[in-house]
Amino acid sequence: MSAEFIAGIVVFVLAAFVGFEIIAKVPRTLHTPLMSGANAVSGITIVGAIIAAGLGTGVLAAVLGFLAVTFAMINVVGGFLVTDRMLEMFKKVPGKS
Amino acid sequence: MTELSYLAAGVLFIVGLKGLTSPRTARRGNRIAAVGMLVAMVVTVVYLIGLDAKIAWAIVVAGIVVGGGIGAFLAIRVQMTDMPQLVAAFNGFGGGSSALVAAATVVALDAVIPTETAVTTALSLIIGAITLTGSFIAYGKLQGIVPSKQIFPPGGVATNGVLFAAAIAAAGYGIFADSATGFWIATALAAVLGVTAVLPIGGADMPVVISLLNSFSGIAAAMAGFVIGNQALIVGGALVGAAGLILTLEMAVAMNRSVASILFSQFGGGATAEDIGTKPVKSATADDAAIALAYAERVMIVPGYGLAVAQAQHAVKDLANALEAKGIQVTYAIHPVAGRMPGHMNVLLAEADVSYDLLLDLEQSNPKFPQTDVVLIVGANDVVNPAAKNDPDSPIYGMPILNVDDAKTTIVVKRSLSPGFAGIDNPLFYEDTTLMFFSDAKQALEDALAAVEAL
Repeated sequence: MSAEFIAGIVVFVLAAFVGFEIIAKVPRTLHTPLMSGANAVSGITIVGAIIAAGLGTGVLAAVLGFLAVTFAMINVVGGFLVTDRMLEMFKKVPGKS
Repeated sequence: MTELSYLAAGVLFIVGLKGLTSPRTARRGNRIAAVGMLVAMVVTVVYLIGLDAKIAWAIVVAGIVVGGGIGAFLAIRVQMTDMPQLVAAFNGFGGGSSALVAAATVVALDAVIPTETAVTTALSLIIGAITLTGSFIAYGKLQGIVPSKQIFPPGGVATNGVLFAAAIAAAGYGIFADSATGFWIATALAAVLGVTAVLPIGGADMPVVISLLNSFSGIAAAMAGFVIGNQALIVGGALVGAAGLILTLEMAVAMNRSVASILFSQFGGGATAEDIGTKPVKSATADDAAIALAYAERVMIVPGYGLAVAQAQHAVKDLANALEAKGIQVTYAIHPVAGRMPGHMNVLLAEADVSYDLLLDLEQSNPKFPQTDVVLIVGANDVVNPAAKNDPDSPIYGMPILNVDDAKTTIVVKRSLSPGFAGIDNPLFYEDTTLMFFSDAKQALEDALAAVEAL
């Protein structure tokens, strides 16, 4: 295996552990925003999509690239926006316990 | 520099997710993660500009504008009650995008890919395709386009095993024979598997399915990261994969079932039409409910999926306001699998301006029921079914439930005595301390409010 690939595996495993540690602490009341926010983060595939769309040659590559960027952007913009909309509503009303 | 900037994006994702550990910091956390995404995109564009190559900018910009527009439109327009299906759809787009990135690589290299990268390419295609089609079936079920009942493929769930094995075999051929056809067949089989795997899963098991597909969309992104050698994708994908997996396991624990049994087995109760409706129940009118509520000291409201269906979150809050004005303490008990996705009820009640510190989870609410005068159950059924504690023959035996039968009085708002998703009769309805208020959830709450105000 190439050094780059092994480095990728190291990063993957460490990031997964960091993810487990942090996300296990997210309270249940925020599980829906967590899911939609995490969902937006999975739109990071936009990076690969932009590269594929930009460097692709030929009709098939153009179609795949366009769809990849479009799908990823729906995920990114939609995911972060709707999460923000939800989190805006989570308020602690003062004077009650 | 490019690599370091991607690392910065990954760090911003982690810091952003950490913000979600408290409602106070959550909104800022989400925005920090969004900044991370913007950094990653800008870095990518700068990287392309720096390359000595012809870049198809028109396609990149068109995708960004079209996708961004659709995403913004959906996010701004969606009703909070429809959040599960929107998240399901977004999962599908994310997984689909990762599969497309891998597909573009197969096309660009004409399937001549070094073995290790080829394996991750195949995984990205397979997991991404399953996520894409599976999420849209989940979307269809939640939106009511696809029947929410269990639909089995020909040959039952065993068919899914065969499809999966065939997809792996085709991918293996693609990897070792450098055959694009092998990759495409694997992708197509995975796309079919997404459909046949989600169709047999019933509506109430959707929280588990959405969580799992969420995890898949992350893993697909991480695999795509290996394909193009990009650590931002690997970090972001691994974080989402972990988040989805945690939620999946937590949902399964809350149902006392294994993930495998939810995904691969038939499930349902033995209650028949004859069992149900022959035993006597105490039915109540809005006035009866209002009197019980208005003379209580402590009221606990238990919301379920029926509340979302009836869009009754504001009606609940109005009734709670009227009770609080009489000095009654009102809190909310929320079972982890109430609704159709993790945390669904919390979002709806937050929308209705319920303070988040009044939303109690299973462990917080159960010790409080013995001191509670009235429990008002709105659209929940299986999560308050005492058969889970008392009846070893019940299909839901062992599932942790809200012990509402510990309270002095229980009012159940329900359209009829029909069993819940699990098809199991609910002994709670026949208890002496239970009042059955047969009505649509929203109508019932509005009528009860009018009656409370008239007292």
